[in-house]
Amino acid sequence: MSDITQLHRALIARVLNGNGKAPPELRQAAFDNAGLDEPIRRLIEKVAHHAYRVTDDDVAAVRTAGLSEDQIFEIVVCAAIGQASRQYKTALDALASATGER
Amino acid sequence: MRLAVLDRGHRPRTKAVLVLIRLVSRQPVVDAVKLALYRPDFYGGGHLTHEAMRGPSAWSIGDRELMAAFVSKVNECRFCVAAHSATSSLWYGDHAKVAATLANLETAPIDEPLRATLRMVGKLTREHSIDPDDIRAVLAEGVSRQQIEDALAVCLAFNITDRLADAFDFTVASPAAMNAGARHLLTHGYR
Repeated sequence: MSDITQLHRALIARVLNGNGKAPPELRQAAFDNAGLDEPIRRLIEKVAHHAYRVTDDDVAAVRTAGLSEDQIFEIVVCAAIGQASRQYKTALDALASATGER
Repeated sequence: MRLAVLDRGHRPRTKAVLVLIRLVSRQPVVDAVKLALYRPDFYGGGHLTHEAMRGPSAWSIGDRELMAAFVSKVNECRFCVAAHSATSSLWYGDHAKVAATLANLETAPIDEPLRATLRMVGKLTREHSIDPDDIRAVLAEGVSRQQIEDALAVCLAFNITDRLADAFDFTVASPAAMNAGARHLLTHGYR
């Protein structure tokens, strides 16, 4: 196992299950970009698929819904890592398939 | 910065470090550093990024910084394009090569293995997936399996970082501040 694999696993474990202010279920849903209600759904969907379109209003709406800045920080981090990790997995699967080894 | 905690919520000892960075560099602290130093026990993505960008690899540091800039261009992340174009340009000592690669990958004056690899990470970033044929196209240019893995690690790190930079609205600092950041990344890395 390369260093990157261990570091990647540790990062995911930390943001999903480490000390945080957002409930673990909410962090997992943000990571998965699934099962979220508005206005959190809109913010997390943008982070996952076109983060450059996130606006002040998207963040303000989530704040108004009752999340603290630290909770918003955490779910955005989870969403970014979740989407990037799904991309990475498809690429590693393609690499294993193309080279016939894992 | 869209969240005030990322600007002003650091622990007292970290705030002192931020003051020190400002004094030594004589530039405002770039937002990427403020993020990296905020609750590092929670996010602390610097270790993964450092390993991808500075760990052992057949790709040069300049090549990996160019990959970071290229992925960021696909993600339309202005902050990271500026930061990693500057770092790659500084490493190569060739700004024109970096600018040409970001302007048009197909005509840029770079080696074919690097071009094929950039094509692959560009597609993965844009379409969120690649298939075995995309990998075979890179292998056919003489890129090793390990080099592909190394490029995918850079792609992972910057698909995380770009999202955070844009979601938190990092300010693109002055060229002088971005160049100071680039020098820091070449001397100290990402940890």
